Amino acid sequence: MTIRRSLRLLPVVPSILLLLLFLLAPVVWSFYASFTDASLSGKAARDPQWVGADNYVRMFSDDSFPLAAWLTVVFVAASAVLGQNVLGLLIALLMTRSRRAVSSLVGTAVVAAWVLPEIVAAFAAYAYFNRDGTLNQLLGVVGGQGPDWLYSFPMVAIVLANTWRGTAFSMLVYRAALADVPRDISEAALVDGAKGWQRLTYITLPLIRSSIATNLMLITLQTLAVFTLIWVMTAGGPANASTTLPVLAYQEAFKFGDIGYGTAVASVLILLGMVFGAVYVRLLREQRP
Amino acid sequence: MTGSRLRAPAGADSTTTTRSARSRARVGADIALVVIGLCFMAPLLWLLLAAVDPQAGYQTTVPSTPSTDNFRAVLTPELLFRPLANSFLLSAGTAVVNVLVAVLAAYPLSRYQSRFNKPFMYTVLFGTSLPVTAIMVPVYGLFVQLQLLDSMAATIFFMATTTLPMAIWMTKNFMDSVPLELEEAAWMDGASNMAALRTVVLPLMRQGLGVVFIFVFIQAWGNFFVPFILLLSPSKQPAAVSIFSFFGQHGAIAYGQLAAFSILYSVPVLVLYAVVSRGMGNSFALSGAMKG
Repeated sequence: MTIRRSLRLLPVVPSILLLLLFLLAPVVWSFYASFTDASLSGKAARDPQWVGADNYVRMFSDDSFPLAAWLTVVFVAASAVLGQNVLGLLIALLMTRSRRAVSSLVGTAVVAAWVLPEIVAAFAAYAYFNRDGTLNQLLGVVGGQGPDWLYSFPMVAIVLANTWRGTAFSMLVYRAALADVPRDISEAALVDGAKGWQRLTYITLPLIRSSIATNLMLITLQTLAVFTLIWVMTAGGPANASTTLPVLAYQEAFKFGDIGYGTAVASVLILLGMVFGAVYVRLLREQRP
Repeated sequence: MTGSRLRAPAGADSTTTTRSARSRARVGADIALVVIGLCFMAPLLWLLLAAVDPQAGYQTTVPSTPSTDNFRAVLTPELLFRPLANSFLLSAGTAVVNVLVAVLAAYPLSRYQSRFNKPFMYTVLFGTSLPVTAIMVPVYGLFVQLQLLDSMAATIFFMATTTLPMAIWMTKNFMDSVPLELEEAAWMDGASNMAALRTVVLPLMRQGLGVVFIFVFIQAWGNFFVPFILLLSPSKQPAAVSIFSFFGQHGAIAYGQLAAFSILYSVPVLVLYAVVSRGMGNSFALSGAMKG
């Protein structure tokens, strides 16, 4: 009986094998390699030595890691938690009041930035924030003189670009969530004389709080992993001024050939992802017992 | 919220004020949305104009002599067709592996109660949240060890695995909505599980499978970082990577061609997205991914 039951689970095996080989193994290998001096070429490539916690010690004595960690926090907080999340909610709320034609047109514009291949979106953003680019042309029209965004304010440029690129996701989540808010509740509040913002803070937002929580988790995870956008726009520069953790891991491993240190940085990122992932799973579990 | 009508009896005056206040709110919302929409379109404007402007720079200008020169310049086997064929091979391969493996995994999870189901599904969900860019350094190391670097097949399987958790999650949800009764009838007629899956369940969830396929295809098509790390020879690289090398080599002079190239490379996913969102409502990806 138990054998027959286990046999039923046989079709799950291919998925388990793939997940073990290509997802779990790299994670385990990452943690292992982060304790070695593995490198891209040379002697340490063929025969990496165990170096204990050296890579992690170096992380905190080096200037580049704390800076990259801080820039990652700024990038996630500003472009995901503030930018995408708040703008996505705002757009979704405005859409509940506006004409259908307007909301579907604007929805298409917002989604376009999200559906485009990331490299194309990155080129478009690069051109937009270029010294001669569209943004400075627009500023010129109103009489301003824009700076060289990618050079002087690289973080501002990549935060705005990532907000532009990713807001569609939050917008879609919140549109679906707002569509589920029962109409009579906010009508009743309207009758009771509640103002717009009161209805929002006391009724609408509490009703969609689980969507807000899941959305925040998901966009945080997506933004933590952003590489291409930054790589194309600034390549982490000038100097390290826009080097977030994924960019730092890439540079250490592939530009400087230090796989050991690169995997140590990657391991920190993986751990961060795991923490957010665990919170996310927990949230979803509580939502449907 | 907006279309709501006051239920409380109110005087004619106050009804008129509410109505005009509401239409004012609607106009306000429309204006705000249009402004936001224009901001979102602004970065794309350059792409569209530069593509038809042989003298394009980073400035957004209406081309003085619009032409299709840029498109004709990139329409060569070397620059466009081979990379696009590689992109297609990678994306279609990834999507096929995903749908096959996800259907197999979803079937027992959807059809049999087992203590194994819940932990597995939550592990899978947890897997969706791993930052893929973070594992690229270790994956590169793994591929070197296993001598899989520059292998198209291995890259397909890796890419398929990164989207597999999402694919399993979506496929199981779609399968859950196929009623069990039809399958039981097939069992009565002596069909095996796998035969029932093939002849009864899968045809009924065709649309859902289409969504999973397209969803994975779009992600793989747009993926830059994975093939950038794992595929080394230019003859195997997909458009995402070749366009990046083109940008590195000629970007400083051939902006117009870069824009034309970008547009040609983007069209397939824009079309696929339109197909899916037309059919399934705008939140297609989320309906499968987030609702239980």
